[in-house]
Amino acid sequence: MSVIAFAKNWNGKFKNSSFELVSYTKALANQLNTNMVVLSIGELAEEELKLLGNYGADKVLTVSDPKLNTLTSRAYADIVAKAAESVGAEAIVLSDNNSGKAIAPRVSVKLKAGLVAAVQELPVSLDPFVVKKRVFSGKAFGHVQIKSDKKILTIAKNCFGLVENPCDITIEEFAVDIDTNLFKVKIVEEEEQKDKVILSDADVVVSAGRGMRSPENWAPVEELAEVLGAATACSRPVSDEGWRGHEEHVGQTGKVIAPNLYIAAGISGAIQHVAGISRSKCIVAINTDPEAPIFSVADYGIVGDVMDVLPRLTEAFRNSKS
Amino acid sequence: MKILVCISNVPDTTTKVKFKEGDSLFDDSGVQWIINPWDELALTRAMELKEDAGNSVNEICVIHVGGASADATLRKALAIGADKAVRIDACPADAYHVAGQIAEYLKENPFDIIFSGIESSDYNGSSVGAMIAEFMDYPGISSVTSVNLDDDDIQVNRAIPGGKQVLKTETPFVAVVQKGIAMEPRIPSMRGIMMARKKPLEVKPAAELEVLTESIKFELPQEKGACKMIDSESAEQLVDLLKNEAKVL
Repeated sequence: MSVIAFAKNWNGKFKNSSFELVSYTKALANQLNTNMVVLSIGELAEEELKLLGNYGADKVLTVSDPKLNTLTSRAYADIVAKAAESVGAEAIVLSDNNSGKAIAPRVSVKLKAGLVAAVQELPVSLDPFVVKKRVFSGKAFGHVQIKSDKKILTIAKNCFGLVENPCDITIEEFAVDIDTNLFKVKIVEEEEQKDKVILSDADVVVSAGRGMRSPENWAPVEELAEVLGAATACSRPVSDEGWRGHEEHVGQTGKVIAPNLYIAAGISGAIQHVAGISRSKCIVAINTDPEAPIFSVADYGIVGDVMDVLPRLTEAFRNSKS
Repeated sequence: MKILVCISNVPDTTTKVKFKEGDSLFDDSGVQWIINPWDELALTRAMELKEDAGNSVNEICVIHVGGASADATLRKALAIGADKAVRIDACPADAYHVAGQIAEYLKENPFDIIFSGIESSDYNGSSVGAMIAEFMDYPGISSVTSVNLDDDDIQVNRAIPGGKQVLKTETPFVAVVQKGIAMEPRIPSMRGIMMARKKPLEVKPAAELEVLTESIKFELPQEKGACKMIDSESAEQLVDLLKNEAKVL
């Protein structure tokens, strides 16, 4: 018996979400009174793999075939399932991100293991095995029982945090046959903006809505984001109007995020928008209308015109840094 | 070329969710039901592909796993332009169960492209599309923001953190789609609504499948405390509160 976590890397590097996954899985293993194994797929420097040891990992299995350096969900799922079988895993844990969403369902079918996505905390109970997950896009939580012997969880970002727990780590190559038939999807082209803060990873998000009045008015939003090292985001009307790209849309039908700090500028706070941000640790709202519903979910509010308030905030943050 | 669009029937996105029977069930009284927003965008994209004479898309079918109460939603999909609707008459227990039912249908009725929305806006399982691909042993592409056909050669764009990938795949395959796949969902025309009445809506019996998870109960998030208002002239005060009170900087 054991539990296994699949720690994804991005171009050979782990992210905080990978370390959060390891922290969570270690705590789950303790709860279940068993040990944890972490699986890594793709070529990775030994120093990078050793970082997992800071969060409670004492054993890492790695499949360092260069064919696997980019995500191929079918092949990854095959390896995750085989590694889980080989260590006799009763629980398999992944991050609730693009790759977790692509891999976990396939592993569930392969192993006939019940899957719950977007889990918010450690299991509510172990027997029966019940976990709490986000439902209705953040408007509520559901308690779901997994009835199969093997269980699969994907955990929501920022649900658990990082727990430092330095361990001596052993790294072992996991020998597995890689079926070349599973590489039917070919990458023709790839574009990546290396310098941009990625919205789904960001600790601070500066988001703006129709209150900005025109797409030409975005400079104050971008300046504030730059000072804070934040990602930029927007409300649905703004992306529907084409003022900003769809990848910035936060809300029920866009991205659901959970940063430490969410600054909503000129966003009224429709129920669909709030669904996408309600798990933020702290929300700041700026709006001309004191009755705007965004103030009922915000921790701090400023009534005023975004075009005046944003530059003042940027200035204040800049001064506080120097 | 045939396209299958998986449809989930969900509460309207403006719904204030409530629960009943000791918070064990979703209270659907007064709830307006809609096509899951991403599924509606997928259907719209399927229509656009069919209308483009440059490729050979000749049938669009929508499929749903659920009871008769979803028929109105399926008629709407027919009114938007699907040629045919199929409802697997089963109580949708979880993603595994729903995907398994759709896979059973696919084994008898093959399609070239299967569209599935990134998640349903009610249970947020985000698993059905990838599970169908695994049940069928098909390639699958997640986070899809566009699907183009050039002489039936398939090109798919996938969103990756901070960028995109352009991919090629063989058929059949499953595309799990998100925003961007179509600009705006189509609104059914009067003619579409009239024609939908005559289009086939097949009801198929459910296959015997295992259920691996069970919903036990629901809870609403804790109410937020009062919002602390700050004067618009006092930006420094906010910076101080974020640093020293909220401790998020």
